[in-house]
Amino acid sequence: MAVPTVESPRSGRVSPGYSRTRSSRGNFEMGAWLFMRLSGVVLVVMIFVHLWTSLVAGDGISQVDFGFVAGKWASPIWQVWDLAMLWLAMLHGTNGVRTIINDYAEKNSTRMWLKGVLYTATVVIILLGTLVIFTFDPCPVIDGVAHVASYCPTA
Amino acid sequence: MEKEPASKVELPAGAGGGEIPSFDITLKVRRYNPEVSDEAHWDEWQLTMYGTDRVLDALHKVKWEHDGSVSFRRSCAHGVCGSDAMRINGRNRLACKTLLKDLDTSKPILVEPIKGLPVEKDLIVDMEPFFQSYREIMPFLITKGHEPTKERLQSAEDRERYDDTTKCILCAACTSSCPVFWTDGQYFGPAAIVNAHRFIFDSRDDAGDMRLEILNDKEGVWRCRTTFNCTDACPRGIQVTKAIAEVKQAILTRRV
Repeated sequence: MAVPTVESPRSGRVSPGYSRTRSSRGNFEMGAWLFMRLSGVVLVVMIFVHLWTSLVAGDGISQVDFGFVAGKWASPIWQVWDLAMLWLAMLHGTNGVRTIINDYAEKNSTRMWLKGVLYTATVVIILLGTLVIFTFDPCPVIDGVAHVASYCPTA
Repeated sequence: MEKEPASKVELPAGAGGGEIPSFDITLKVRRYNPEVSDEAHWDEWQLTMYGTDRVLDALHKVKWEHDGSVSFRRSCAHGVCGSDAMRINGRNRLACKTLLKDLDTSKPILVEPIKGLPVEKDLIVDMEPFFQSYREIMPFLITKGHEPTKERLQSAEDRERYDDTTKCILCAACTSSCPVFWTDGQYFGPAAIVNAHRFIFDSRDDAGDMRLEILNDKEGVWRCRTTFNCTDACPRGIQVTKAIAEVKQAILTRRV
């Protein structure tokens, strides 16, 4: 049997928790970093135009109802605008939370679970939002009953 | 004897040759000895120190006159070797460059090991993970082509480009002040990036692309959150966060 020896304190051994086992090079982190900066700049413009057209221009905040939203989305410009805003904001926010998880979760398993929840929520919200932008109907007919609001055309 | 001011000892101007004002301090040192206990604890000493004394002098006084078991690293004791980086009153500094009179002596002076690296004993941490990251960025001149028969000449402007990052003494004050490094110790850390910067922007070096590739890692420059803790901590005044930003720029312009 080997005689147990005391390891030299200057053996150059790196504590296992610190060694980067596999190098993870690639341009993903660079792309994410660049995306945060570019999308941030674009979002500042998009969000303030969105806030101004919805809450300041015209009748201001009192004009906002289903009819107003449907009126905006009748124009392809606002459809594309809101779609871009949705996607950019969601991806920007998701990437931000992803970096926070990376920075604060200490175990890889915790990271995996938190990011799983995050990505699921992101996909659901993006798909749902995209669907609503293109299929929004302010005067739906449910079970043969038209839920007529004041702005809906009477049949 | 005069009553001590509430904070920051004022040294009277022209106090007379050879007369150095003295004051009392409380020094609290974070103690850890795995051979005795897995728990770290605080020890404190009341010391009478002088206006010219540094935190290192206080530690020496404790070690030489009160408790010889207090362990810490120091080599040159004059801010050049980078051995005695420690967390003093919650900030990373060199004990040999921190004058006691510049600290708040009305309260105990807290001295802890730098954070994020495994503590071996008292103020001594395992620096291997730190040096491993340093080795990975290849901190040596790599050239192509023939050896010149004379020295490799460089213009003053080319030398100026990376002057700031040549000042690094590898004390680990920056890396161990970085909250991203504290989390899991995977991040390369500011010191490794600073030393990569020193060669990436050296006109005589030909391996800049290799170093950029190494730092274009999941744990490389993109984990920097620009909290500026490293710049605040650097005892040599290196603009660390700026250097990291320049490396980011270099990776971007090389690839996009």
